[in-house]
Amino acid sequence: MTRVTRRYKFAASHRLNSGQLSEQQNGELYGKCNNPYGHGHDYVLEVSVTGPLNAVSGQVVNILALDRLVEERILRDFDHRYFNADVAEFLGDLVPTSENILRVIENRLSTHWRGAFPGDGPRLEGIRLQETKRNRFELRTN
Amino acid sequence: MLITRRAEFSASHICSQSSLTAEQNRELYGAAANKNGHGHNYVLEVTLEGDPDPVTGMIFDLKTLKEVIQKNVIEPMDHRFLNYEVPPFDKIVPTAENLAAEIWKRLEPPLKGERARLKNVRLYETEDLYVDYGEATSGANR
Repeated sequence: MTRVTRRYKFAASHRLNSGQLSEQQNGELYGKCNNPYGHGHDYVLEVSVTGPLNAVSGQVVNILALDRLVEERILRDFDHRYFNADVAEFLGDLVPTSENILRVIENRLSTHWRGAFPGDGPRLEGIRLQETKRNRFELRTN
Repeated sequence: MLITRRAEFSASHICSQSSLTAEQNRELYGAAANKNGHGHNYVLEVTLEGDPDPVTGMIFDLKTLKEVIQKNVIEPMDHRFLNYEVPPFDKIVPTAENLAAEIWKRLEPPLKGERARLKNVRLYETEDLYVDYGEATSGANR
């Protein structure tokens, strides 16, 4: 089998602060990331897809369809936004750590996957999110 | 243990399937279907797996690995128009998926060493799109 990985970028800000912790606890836990006004990153998102190679197209996945899905469901909502104030999933108690952002991305892609790839199409294998060059988070979805 | 060697080649291609209409090809491949072609700086990462020889301390001689990649992939493909000059791409579409599979096919036999074997071929078509082909993604479709 073949795995295709596509890389996307978005710039966004966030503030790590849990409503279930005290101000002091938040400060100790999240350090600079608890700054009241937030801060931002150039996130790099990698989406990996596996599946049978289509003998006619020579493709595992239609890249244009994958780009459309990620653009419509992720980038349009995340790029140049403040997670805590602009992205629905983070308006409540969910803290926009990279772990939680990955889960939200996975959930959004899975929900709309069959719409973008009907039938027995390619499968989402994993997603990786790089917050900075020194931090990378990975979620395998199979 | 794994060892990975990197190599580069530049080539042009057209992603277009002759059995499909121009419109269908546009939908599948987007700008890559342009009839006069376009090019990429491909980056190839070849990964071998094996146990180091107790005497030499090596899984596989990296000089030999470099030569095998050079002879079987770089020389035939570098600065070539894949569709016109590099079989089987006169018959199948030179997508990154098909190209990675063809590179695997060319490299696997000469890289069968006593202590090492080919584990994965990763081909970057651009920085934002790469394909893995090999054992890591299971051999079901090979």
